Amino acid sequence: MTIIFDGLASGMLLFLISVGLSVTLGLMNFVNLAHGSFAMLGGYVCALMLSRYGLPFLLAVPLAALVAALAGVLLERLLYRRLYAASPLDQVLFSIGLNFMAISAAHYFFGAQQQPMVLPEFLRGQLHFSGLDVGIYRLFLITVGLTLALCLQWLLAKTRFGAQLRAAVDNPRAARGLGINVERIFTLAFALGSALAGMGGALGIEILGLDPGFPVKYIVYFLIVVAVGGSGNIKGSLIAALLLGLCDVAGKYYLPQIGAFVIYVVMVVMLIARPQGLFNRKLLS
Amino acid sequence: MSTQLKPAELDPLRRAADWQRWEYAFWLLPLAAYFIFPKSLSLLSQIAITALFALSLDLILGYAGIVSLGQAAFFGLGAYAAGLMAAHGMGDPTLGLLVAALIAGCGGFISSFLVLRGTDLTRLMVTLGVAMMLYEAANKLTELTGGVDGLQGIEVKPLLGYFNFDLYGKTAYWYSVVVLFALFFLARRIVHSPFGLSLQGIRQNVGRMPAIGAPVHGRLVAVYTLSAAYAGVAGALLTQTTQFVSLDVLAFSRSAELLLMLVLGGAGCLYGALIGTAVFMTAHHFLSNMNPQYWQFWLGALLVLIVLFARDGVIGLLVRLRGWLRKSA
Amino acid sequence: MRHLNKSIVVAALGLATAWAAQAADLKIGLVLPMTGPFAAYGKQIQNGIKLYLAQNGDTIAGRKVQIILKDDAPGTAGDVSKRLAQELVIQDNVDILAGFGLTPSAFAVAPIANEAKKPMVVMNAATSAVTTKSNYIVRTSMTLPQITAPVATWAAKNKIKTVFTVVADYGPGHDAEGQFKKTFSAAGGEIVGEVRVPVKNPDFAPYLQKVKDTKPDAVFLFVPAGEMGIAFMKGFQERGLAQAGIKLIATGDLTDEDVIDSIGEPALGVINSFHYAQAHKSAENQAFTAAYSKAYPNDRPNFMAVGGYDGMRLIAETLKKTGGNADADKFIEAAKGLKWISPRGPVSIDPVTRDIVQNVYIRRVEKVGNQLQNIEFDQVNDVRDPGKP
Repeated sequence: MTIIFDGLASGMLLFLISVGLSVTLGLMNFVNLAHGSFAMLGGYVCALMLSRYGLPFLLAVPLAALVAALAGVLLERLLYRRLYAASPLDQVLFSIGLNFMAISAAHYFFGAQQQPMVLPEFLRGQLHFSGLDVGIYRLFLITVGLTLALCLQWLLAKTRFGAQLRAAVDNPRAARGLGINVERIFTLAFALGSALAGMGGALGIEILGLDPGFPVKYIVYFLIVVAVGGSGNIKGSLIAALLLGLCDVAGKYYLPQIGAFVIYVVMVVMLIARPQGLFNRKLLS
Repeated sequence: MSTQLKPAELDPLRRAADWQRWEYAFWLLPLAAYFIFPKSLSLLSQIAITALFALSLDLILGYAGIVSLGQAAFFGLGAYAAGLMAAHGMGDPTLGLLVAALIAGCGGFISSFLVLRGTDLTRLMVTLGVAMMLYEAANKLTELTGGVDGLQGIEVKPLLGYFNFDLYGKTAYWYSVVVLFALFFLARRIVHSPFGLSLQGIRQNVGRMPAIGAPVHGRLVAVYTLSAAYAGVAGALLTQTTQFVSLDVLAFSRSAELLLMLVLGGAGCLYGALIGTAVFMTAHHFLSNMNPQYWQFWLGALLVLIVLFARDGVIGLLVRLRGWLRKSA
Repeated sequence: MRHLNKSIVVAALGLATAWAAQAADLKIGLVLPMTGPFAAYGKQIQNGIKLYLAQNGDTIAGRKVQIILKDDAPGTAGDVSKRLAQELVIQDNVDILAGFGLTPSAFAVAPIANEAKKPMVVMNAATSAVTTKSNYIVRTSMTLPQITAPVATWAAKNKIKTVFTVVADYGPGHDAEGQFKKTFSAAGGEIVGEVRVPVKNPDFAPYLQKVKDTKPDAVFLFVPAGEMGIAFMKGFQERGLAQAGIKLIATGDLTDEDVIDSIGEPALGVINSFHYAQAHKSAENQAFTAAYSKAYPNDRPNFMAVGGYDGMRLIAETLKKTGGNADADKFIEAAKGLKWISPRGPVSIDPVTRDIVQNVYIRRVEKVGNQLQNIEFDQVNDVRDPGKP
């Protein structure tokens, strides 16, 4: 039973760090492989606030998201905007170039070693029920993840912003014709994706660690979740992440000999079965 | 009504297949490099080998439109095939190349069925998944492959029974360049053949192709297998010229950097693969020498600038330059 | 006038002789991972090297030392390391090759040392077989079996009867697992479970759960220095394995000074065996750590820094013996049997294997002041590498 809980928590962490990419890739059709760098930025902001300024954890995480969002806005206005019409391959080249710069900068400012991270007291330890040990931080992650998924779904489906975004993505010209400021919507969407990345990075430090190599270490995982879930699909990303987390953890527990392969096998099987992703309609299901 | 194209309509295609003057000049460069940079032959050999690897990606990406982040799988298969042969007494280089091409080609054939359908993202992840699984497999079989520490005991016999692989890398250089040229020549013929043209058709409009009688799946399987064989040969060359196989040949970073180099040079034109590789590896080399700790920053900046100002890679830039020169002439 | 002419001639001759007698620079080519996943290794090793030169002057046996550094990122790609070594030998004409953060790098470069006849000083790579790849290789770091065997012996002698081994699933992990099992079983212990964890593993939950369910006396852990160790230790504490009576024993990679601060409280009480601790009590270490902390206030001195430091010390002592002659055969002859007191303790170079012979200490992690330190409480003297065939 504990393994199931652990698998769900692992999946939830995957969701948290990947959902931002689902937003930028799916909603804006921009192959932003520098997603990991925004996550790393959030992570370093959080770690810095905690260690150097003694900020409480629950304040540091939103701050990390905010800083990542601001960085997103800045970069979108200066650079990303010029490449919306570029080929996906050029976008890949660009975002990997950004990754290189971010990794090197992190190395320069923070050093190559792991960042220390100490959780606040109330998030440490385990709760014990009969037959089930529940890690408190993992429970926290699951709660945050579910809340976030619900909020995002509501934002995109039930608010005006969401409607405008969907319109701008489906048909920018018509949207402009209706008076929707497409450029501003895109900037906001990009900021949202970056904020999600930053938050994921901050929340992930406790389990994934944080060093300048973070973007390249975990890029494969972001891509797996987005590909399997269907880009632009919040519900799809959630289900895909949970599924992958469960299979990964259960696989490693019951079949440790092939533990490393499980996540790739599951991914390939799911992609062959449903090449368009789990739910192949964008944004909502 | 005749459905045959009149000869005149085929002229542009025929002309494209002829060798241009600048192409002859281009292939004089490796020759010149031997005399101009005698002390950098190991770097130049590795550029040639990586260029062959990039060529393999161009065949599927630039021509057939299959996006792949898993070419390292076939590179690694070829590298280990040649390495294991040499480590078990069968160290003849040319035999190693053939076996590597065969084994990597088989690998390509088997996995080609996974990339036949799906979006770009799907193909990207499936190819990546296959490569990662192969990496983990090679890691697990440490007794066979040497694992992270690398495959040792590789004894490569002299090339053609006569040329030893020396410290300066002279034999390695000529070996790599000759193999590169031979396979390039072959690839060039293929992309200008009807088969090659049908690949471009598939890339541009896959729905239309069956309507004009081109078997899409068959073509994709064929080009994927061929590209895998090319990658395998590149891997074997690396093993034979360095007498070592690291697990790193199967790493994700090899596939990712390869994609970078091809896009940098410009996909879809074969020369883009060669130029992109040369530019990327040379830049990496110089920046790393200047600043061993932070060269990555400058390389990233270079990539960003190139994308902002030179769409479609270096080839795209050269094409626009030529157009601009023609207009002002 | 004649006097002046004569003095000019004498002066000219004097200058010429001095110029001829001034020996050629000593060029040392360093192959280290300075970027990529093992950037921390390269930095620490380079720090150790620079510290030695800062403390002892940059002239060895009358020759000025010139360090040429090349980044062989990712560090695990033998073809890159080999090419860089070739360039160092052909273009830069180095006298000595040094560095080598990881084993594949050393394996790939060994043939270059052989062909070009250059001494090769391995400052970090830890697989036993490295020194067998060339007669010109000397090592100043350690080998995995060398530091694993002592903790197995200690465990068997200290009421630990059953052990579950958890190692990273790669070459060095397999070596550590093998050595531990061999030594522990020979001393009467029982291995009740073993698992190999994928190196790309973000989450230890399933493995920790398995250990908890099996209830051994102790779990032996070997993972590469870095986030894997941190994740395991945090998980170990979070899951309450210590409360369940399970001890954690490991090699010192786990509690390396470079990462121990990132682990924090969960590291307290971990028993491990290693060849160097920042808290090692000796005059040499006191001087070393004080100078290191002054020169590099953001880093803590660790075993890699000592590997680099001692590597330079070896080069200096050897060249003093050969009178500045860095010819490979003479260098290796002089290096064999060399003894000195390193910050880690007394060390020597085995004359047969050219590998390092050193003390291995059993330590426990404790808090000293406001820093976590590995405090030595037992030791095995002059351990030779048990992993040599």
